[in-house]
Amino acid sequence: MSLKIKLSGALLAAAMSATALSGAFAAEDTIKIGVLHSLSGTMAISETTLKDAVLMLVEEQNKKGGVLGKKLEAVVVDPASDWPLFAEKARDLIAKDKVAAVFGCWTSSSRKSVLPVFEELNSILFYPVQYEGEESSRNIFYTGAAPNQQAIPAVDYLLEEEGVKRFVLEGTDYVYPRTTNKILEAYLISKGIPKEDILINYTPFGFSDWQTEVAKIKEFGSAGKKAAVVSTVNGDANVPFYKELGNQGIKATDIPVVAFSVGEEELAGLDTKPLVGHLAAWNYFQSVEADANAEFIKTWHAYTKNDKRVTNDPMEATYIGFNAWVKAVEAAGTTDTDKVLDSIIGVAVPNLSGGYSTVMPNHHITKPVLIGEIQEDGQFSIVKETASVVGDEWSDFLPDSKDLISDWRAPMSCGNFNVATGKCGGKGK
Amino acid sequence: MTTFRNAAAAFAFLLSLLFSGLAAAQSDPAALFDQLGKANFAETEKIIAELGKTGDVKLVPAFEAFSAGDLYLRKEDGKVFVARGTGATLQLFNPATGEATGEAAKGALTKLKVNNTVRRAINNALGGLTLLSPDKAVRFAAAQAVLKSPSADNLALLEAALEKETDSGVRTIMEEAKAVSLLSSDRPVDQKKLAIETIKKIGGRDAIGILRSAEASVDASLKPDIDKAIAGIEDTLKLWDAAQNVWYGLSLGSVLLLAAIGLAITFGVMGVINMAHGEMVMIGAYSTFIVQEFIRQNAPELFDWSLAIALPVAFVVTGAVGLVLERSVIRFLYGRPLETLLATWGVSLVLQQAVRSLFGPTNREVGNPSWMSGSFQLGGLAITWNRLWIILFSIVVFLALLALLKRSAFGLQMRAVTQNRRMASSMGIKTPWVDAFTFALGSGIAGLAGVALSQIDNVSPNLGQSYIIDSFMVVVFGGVGNLWGTLVGALSLGIVNKFLEPYVGAVLGKILVLVLIILFIQKRPRGLFALKGRAVE
Repeated sequence: MSLKIKLSGALLAAAMSATALSGAFAAEDTIKIGVLHSLSGTMAISETTLKDAVLMLVEEQNKKGGVLGKKLEAVVVDPASDWPLFAEKARDLIAKDKVAAVFGCWTSSSRKSVLPVFEELNSILFYPVQYEGEESSRNIFYTGAAPNQQAIPAVDYLLEEEGVKRFVLEGTDYVYPRTTNKILEAYLISKGIPKEDILINYTPFGFSDWQTEVAKIKEFGSAGKKAAVVSTVNGDANVPFYKELGNQGIKATDIPVVAFSVGEEELAGLDTKPLVGHLAAWNYFQSVEADANAEFIKTWHAYTKNDKRVTNDPMEATYIGFNAWVKAVEAAGTTDTDKVLDSIIGVAVPNLSGGYSTVMPNHHITKPVLIGEIQEDGQFSIVKETASVVGDEWSDFLPDSKDLISDWRAPMSCGNFNVATGKCGGKGK
Repeated sequence: MTTFRNAAAAFAFLLSLLFSGLAAAQSDPAALFDQLGKANFAETEKIIAELGKTGDVKLVPAFEAFSAGDLYLRKEDGKVFVARGTGATLQLFNPATGEATGEAAKGALTKLKVNNTVRRAINNALGGLTLLSPDKAVRFAAAQAVLKSPSADNLALLEAALEKETDSGVRTIMEEAKAVSLLSSDRPVDQKKLAIETIKKIGGRDAIGILRSAEASVDASLKPDIDKAIAGIEDTLKLWDAAQNVWYGLSLGSVLLLAAIGLAITFGVMGVINMAHGEMVMIGAYSTFIVQEFIRQNAPELFDWSLAIALPVAFVVTGAVGLVLERSVIRFLYGRPLETLLATWGVSLVLQQAVRSLFGPTNREVGNPSWMSGSFQLGGLAITWNRLWIILFSIVVFLALLALLKRSAFGLQMRAVTQNRRMASSMGIKTPWVDAFTFALGSGIAGLAGVALSQIDNVSPNLGQSYIIDSFMVVVFGGVGNLWGTLVGALSLGIVNKFLEPYVGAVLGKILVLVLIILFIQKRPRGLFALKGRAVE
């Protein structure tokens, strides 16, 4: 009932806003790119920032003279947090507005919804959010973290630095936490953690009454071994979760929580004093000390005219994706999809943590993994930084996908090559 | 006196150091602090433990500074300092002695990183060092720190501290801490037996944790004692767990009650299917945010009163929105439930997007006043203050509303209009205005709920959506048009939910509750407390 009403509501909202937004006109000598992020509905909370980030990057690029001597023009549409609408809007962008590439999506559901559209109409999508992996498309570039670029290094940190022996895998009940937890469970068992020391628990979307769950975590943590929580709890449910942890007096020094969906933006709505020491794993934190980052933050504050606006990991992923696309288009000398798909592989652009990120043949990128501890000011203190890690689309820890690799370069050109059978087309898509 | 105490403690500690075979020269504090500059987290942990063993209370400020992130490495000579101050230059202090040693530019210093492991080590060391502090509160905290991280190293210190301790509250914690530390030491078995008894008396999950971790290291002959102690604690915990579930249920029920009680007026009494009810709650929460922002900027000392100030503001603001909504939309739709549903749904989207445009899509921070933070122990129950206050608040709101309906002239008119509109009208009651103010009242109460919910949930434009379905569920289950039904419905749904959750999980728990309600509605279509008589028709 709830879902149905939400969906129909989102449709209404979308119908209202769509006409207003997508009617952007363009002169002939511009290159158009699409921005496909929800500006209304439940996901607006996260996605609006990314729309602003793309617009800022376009403006900056145009100041530098655009691409191939033409100005860039962003076409912004609002898919209103409604997964089927994402596909419709994507079709409009590609077929009607003739955009050269699209930056967009946040949830995996929205990505799965637009994937067939991008493959059918042969266009390019840059997807900037951490996700569960188990996918590789010729037309999508995954610039967010795959599980091995976020979840696994985070668990390694808990094992090595915090000496954790018991794990609570706490997640919201949908595809990303479920797949990530499956991978993590297999990984922990391979590290010698017995099954009874792993507790997997799911809560519904937008869950707000955490009393019982937090009590359960407390109980699980009182078995005489050091315990930690690995949280894949989604956006909105995090605030009440952390509030309850703070109120029940669970400190980071007792049971640390490492989260994969909590960044600077999410902490902005929270009093972080009781949370000091809880962890997050990302590929970027605003507190990274690097010249590129200082420059980026300065531009962002100037663009938004607000020096309190925080930056976060999906913004860095957008930044990398955008610059890689610009570089690939300039190398190819055209925005033609097939040519750009060829030229973008191997392109290396600076990331914001002071190194370079390279687009790999599996359409994922290389980047370092950072573990940060929450500070009183809502920023993160980086306690560990790994070397660059290549995103692994097919997890090595799941029986279904451990034999699969993806390589979109010419002779192989396959998203799910099975190394055991030597054939393209294993399980999955 | 104090210095004498400290000297005595230091002496006792030196003795214990000699016995444990540690050479005093090895732990020169200044050199150890400088080693911190190059150490990784694991090494830092060891150095801190080493520093703690010196028993030197002069190190306490340095530890506190380290924990707060005020310990810095001077880049040019690799020496470590406590640095304080704001701005580009910081005052330097020698960490070992606390003496001021000039200043340095911020750029010439690197902050020493702290993580949980380091913070834990600091807490342990601080616990040991401050056991003999003249301040009772500091001793209490120190004993608690030692209790949390049992280590045989602290035993001698604890015994020295216990000899001096006069305060019974601190003594109890120290005794407990001593028992805990004793278990991991190499003391004789009979002492450990007594220690197990003491730990058993502490009770609770923490005690089980301590016993379980000790089980692996102690002499085999003690295992039965430990097992018996654990079993004993678990038995008492089982009882408390049931009580805890009731408490959680009441607390969830009170949240449901708050969210639903406004709807019990607009939907229950007036029969308006108000899909924008959730947004009234959301506007109430945003009113709280605005009030808090105002207080933060203009009168920070009033912050603890912010919620009390926000209540009338939220009530008036949402009441006004409700009044406008009724006059402009809903009054044209009385008796047309489907159109009302669609129109109010549309209004809810408009309100959401309006708030999103005004305040941005991200969460807004609404702080908890100090009296709503933290928790206290009631026997084996951990009761969080914010939940307790919300339960009390919901009861007050409920009673006030009941009094308004039953005891005031407006309440009488309201009931008259809902029971027989034409009769009421011919008695001279202005029915359209009664309708408008009834709707405003329901909306205003939703605003009050928003103030309370801002304390436990996100303040974002989506806040209302997550409560609208639950609110309807409560009102329909309790019986439309009956406030007592709403009360009983909310509390019973809360408690059933919280008893199911530990067994079947949150997701399935919620589904089961919905299934139960569907079955219940089949049997009693009018809910728990059905209205009887002509008014129903």
